[in-house]
Amino acid sequence: MKFTLKIWRQKNAEAKGAFVTYRVEEISPEMSFLEMLDALNKKLAAEDNDPVAFDHDCREGICGSCGMYINGHPHGPVPAVTTCHLSMRHFRDGETIWIEPWRAKPFPVIKDLIVDRSAFDKIQSAGGFISVNTGAAPEANSIPVRKKDSDEAFDSSICIGCGACVAACKNASAMLFVSAKISQLALLPQGRVEAKERVRAMVEKMDELGFGNCSNTGACEAECPKEIKLTNIARLNREYYKAF
Amino acid sequence: MGELVSKIPDGPLAQKWTKYKSSVKLVSPANRKKLDIIVVGTGLAGASAASSLGELGYNVKNFCYQDSPRRAHSVAAQGGINAAKNYQNDGDSVYRLFLDMIKGGDYRAREGNVYRVAEVSNDVIDHYTALGVPFARDYGGTLDTRSFGGVQVSRTFYAKGQTGQQCLLGCYSSLSRQVKKGSVKMYPRREMLDLVVVDGRARGIITRNLITGGIERHSAHAVVLATGGYGTIYYLSTLAVNSNASAAWKAHKKGAFFANPSFVQIHPTCVPQLNEFQSKLTLMSESLRNDGRVWVPKSKGDKRPANGIPEEERDYFLERRYPAFGNLVPRDVASRAAKERCDAGYGVGETGLAVNLDFRDAIKKQGRKAIENKYGNLFEMYKTITGKDPYEEPMRIYPAGHYTMGGLWVDYELMTTIPGLYAVGESNFSDHGANRLGASSLMQAAADGYFILPNTISNYLADQIRVPAIPTDTPEFDEAEKGVTEILNRLISIKGKETASSFHKRLGKIMWDHCGMSRNEAGLKKALGLIRELREEFWQNLIVPGSVDELNMELEKAGRVADYFELAELLVMDALNRKESCGAHFREEYQTPDGEAQRNDAEYTYVAAWEFTGEGKPHKLHREELKFEEVEMKVRSYK
Ligand SMILES: Cc1cc2nc3c(=O)[nH]c(=O)nc-3n(C[C@H](O)[C@H](O)[C@H](O)COP(=O)(O)OP(=O)(O)OC[C@H]3O[C@@H](n4cnc5c(N)ncnc54)[C@H](O)[C@@H]3O)c2cc1C
Ligand code: SF4
Ligand code: FES
Repeated sequence: MKFTLKIWRQKNAEAKGAFVTYRVEEISPEMSFLEMLDALNKKLAAEDNDPVAFDHDCREGICGSCGMYINGHPHGPVPAVTTCHLSMRHFRDGETIWIEPWRAKPFPVIKDLIVDRSAFDKIQSAGGFISVNTGAAPEANSIPVRKKDSDEAFDSSICIGCGACVAACKNASAMLFVSAKISQLALLPQGRVEAKERVRAMVEKMDELGFGNCSNTGACEAECPKEIKLTNIARLNREYYKAF
Repeated sequence: MGELVSKIPDGPLAQKWTKYKSSVKLVSPANRKKLDIIVVGTGLAGASAASSLGELGYNVKNFCYQDSPRRAHSVAAQGGINAAKNYQNDGDSVYRLFLDMIKGGDYRAREGNVYRVAEVSNDVIDHYTALGVPFARDYGGTLDTRSFGGVQVSRTFYAKGQTGQQCLLGCYSSLSRQVKKGSVKMYPRREMLDLVVVDGRARGIITRNLITGGIERHSAHAVVLATGGYGTIYYLSTLAVNSNASAAWKAHKKGAFFANPSFVQIHPTCVPQLNEFQSKLTLMSESLRNDGRVWVPKSKGDKRPANGIPEEERDYFLERRYPAFGNLVPRDVASRAAKERCDAGYGVGETGLAVNLDFRDAIKKQGRKAIENKYGNLFEMYKTITGKDPYEEPMRIYPAGHYTMGGLWVDYELMTTIPGLYAVGESNFSDHGANRLGASSLMQAAADGYFILPNTISNYLADQIRVPAIPTDTPEFDEAEKGVTEILNRLISIKGKETASSFHKRLGKIMWDHCGMSRNEAGLKKALGLIRELREEFWQNLIVPGSVDELNMELEKAGRVADYFELAELLVMDALNRKESCGAHFREEYQTPDGEAQRNDAEYTYVAAWEFTGEGKPHKLHREELKFEEVEMKVRSYK
C-alpha cells in the first residue's frame, strides 16, 4: 500500500510547528500504524534527516505511551484501539493521512508528536492511592468484596493514562481519566476510608492544572481506547458532592 | 575480586529469613532522612522498592526512561502472580511453591533465595489487595486463583489478562503517595548511562535527560537497579521496544558480575511474526493453556483450514508427549516441542512457523461466556492484531524471546559484587535458576522491592550514617560523565548508512538462530564470529541523525544496541561454557534419547558469574557452587 502523510513537525516546545508531507510505499496491510511510521523513520534516518518523534514502548496497547491524532481522531478512526495496535488494513490504499500530536493546553508539545502528560502524574499523586504502608496490610481474604463490585472496579481500573480523552474533549477535560481512578477505589471497601479526601484532592489538582470542565459531550468515551464509560463521570460527581 | 560470597544465613531453610531479619543491622528513623538512595526503574521491582524505602523515611530518587513511572513494562504482564496462600485447599504451601520453583528452574537456583521469595509471596498478595488491586474474585467475595504452567496446584492470582497492569498501577499508587509526601522524587524520561563508583562503592549514576539531551549527575549512599530484562537482545521479543540492558551492562563494566547470561526464556505462546517490519511480538498469556489445546496436523504440510481437519488427524503433541502435565508443561518444554514439530514440517500457517492453540473443546464444555470471562481481553487483542476470531478458529502461536533468568549477580541481600549496588526484579539473576515458572516473576519483582530489599539494605546503610551527602563535583563523576559523552559523540559522528534498528534486527537474528531455543557448539562459535563482524560494521557504518543535545531517539537506540553487541558476546560465551542442557538452556549435544534436556550435575551445579576484566579482554568466570541441602536433585520430568 502507498500513503501520503501530513505530519505535524515541531522541533521543540518553543518552535512553531507545521505540517510536512511525506510519502510511504510498500506498506503491508498487516503493519501497525507505528510500524508504518518506523518505515518512514528508517528512510529519513538513513538519509541523515530528523525522524518523526513519537512516544511508544510496549506496542501492545497497555503502557499508554503512544497516542496521536490520526485523521481527526485520537488513536485513529478505529474504536477501542491504541495507535500501536491500529492496523494499516483499516486505511485505503493511496489515502492521505493527517497526523498530529494531542492538542490540549495542559499537554504542551515537546517535539513533533510527543506531548508532556506529566499533569496526569500530578493528579495521581494528589490522591489516587490508598494510604497503606508496606507490611501493614491485613490478610487478603479478611475483606470480602462482592464480585460485582470488584468486577466493576476492574472495568474502571484499566485506564492506561494515554490522554486521548483530554485530547478528544473540546474543553480539554480530564474527567474521564480522573473518574476512572475515583470509581475504582470508591467501589472497593479498602478505598472507602479515604474516599472524601481523595475525590476533593484529585478534582482540585485537575482544576489547578488547567483541565477544563465536563460538558457531557461524550467525545472522551467515544475515543477512549480502553472503553472507559461515562458512568464513571457520574460516579465522580456523586462522590464529589458527598465529599463536602 | 575474590570469592563469591552468597551470604545465605545458616540454620534450617524455613528459619533463614526470620533469623536474618532479627539479626540484621538497622538504621534509626532519624538517620534514614540523612541517607540518599537512587532507584533506577519503576516496574514492579523499582516502584515497590522506591515507595517502601520512602515510607521508611529514606530520601529516594527514582528514575525511568518513560514519561511516567506507570508505563514500565511490568504493565504488560498478563497471566497472574503466584502466592502460596492455599486458598483452594489443594495441598499448596510455601514449601511446595519453593519445590516447584527449584524443580522448574532445573536445580540451578539457590535454595535459600527461592524459599524466601515463596515465604513472602503471601504478603505481596495482602499488600496489593490493600492497595486496591482488583484481583478476580469468587461469588462469596474471596479471591479466585487459577493454575499456571509447570505446577499442579492453583495458586495464581489474576486480574483478567491484565494482572501486570493492575499490580503495576498498585505500585504506582504507593509511589505516588510517597511523591506527594516528598520522600520520593521522580526523574522520568531519564536514561541511566553509567554507574559512578567511588572508593569501591556505588555512589551515583550518570543520566541523559531524554528531552534536552543534557547529561546529569546524581549521587546517593546506595544505588538500586530495577531495570528489567534484556530479552530485546533478540530484537523481536515480548518486551517493550525500548527495554534495554544498558544500565545493568554499564554496572557490569564497573565491576558487577553478570550471572548466567545465557539463561533466556523463550515463551511458547506468542502471536507469530506477520510481516518483516514487525517491531515486537505479542504474548498470548500462558494462562490460555489452561483451556486451549495445542496441536498440529498429523500429516506434513497439511494446509487445510484448522476447522476442516478432523479430530483423528490432529496431533495434540503436548498431551501425547507429556500425559501428566499435558498442555500445562513448563514454557521451555512447550517451546521446544513446538519448534520440534515445526522444524519437522508439521507447522501451520503460511510460514509453517506456528502451531494451533484451540479453544473449541473448552467453549463446548464451559460455554462461550465462561471463556470470555477468563480471557476476553486476550481474545480481543488477538483479533485486533491478526484480524482472526479465536472463538471461531484456533489461535496460531509460536515461541518468542520473553524473560531473562540471567542478570546481575546478587547475594542473599540482593547486593551485587559492588558494595552499595543492589539489583532487584528481572535485572538480577536470583530466583529462577535456568527456567522461570509462569506468574513467579511478578511475585519475585514485588517481593524484592516491597519486602526483601527494604530489610536488607539497612545492613549496608547502617555503616553509612556518618557519610555526608555524596558530592558530584569529584574526579569519579567527571570521569564517568566524560566516558558517557565520548560514547555519545562517537555514535553520532560515524555518519555511515545503516540505522541502529537495522543493526539491532541483524544482531537479533544471529542470536535467535544460534543462541535461542536450542544451541550447539558449532552454531555458538559461528555466532561469536558473526557478532564480532557485525559489531565492527556497526561502529563503521551506523547513522544517527541530529545532535547529542536534543531529544534524539535514534541516538538512544544506538547506545542500547552498542551495549547489546557486548552482552551478546557474553551470552554466547556463557552458553558455550555450559556443556549441559538445563531448563531453557538446551544444548543439542546434551539430550536424552527421547529429546529431553540432560543436565550434568557433577560439573555444572553452579552459577556462572562473569567478571569484566577490561575492553577487548576475555571475561573471567567465577563459579558459585550451588548446594542442595533440602531437595534431592532429580531428573525434571513432566511425563
Ligand atoms: C508480555 C509479558 C507478559 C508477562 N506476563 C507475566 C505474568 O503473567 N506473570 C509474571 O509473573 N511475569 C510475567 N512477565 C514477566 C514480568 O512482567 C517481568 O519480569 C517483571 O514485570 C519485571 O519487572 P521489573 O520491575 O524487574 O522490570 P520492568 O517492569 O521491565 O521495569 C524496568 C524499569 O527500568 C527502567 N529502565 C530500564 N533501563 C533503564 C535505563 N537505562 N535508565 C533508566 N531507566 C531504565 C524502565 O523505565 C522501567 O521503569 C511478563 C513479561 C512480559 C514481557
Ligand atoms: S480514560 Fe481512556 S482515553 Fe483517558 S487516559 Fe484513560 S485510557 Fe486514555
Ligand atoms: S505503545 Fe504502549 S500502548 Fe501503545
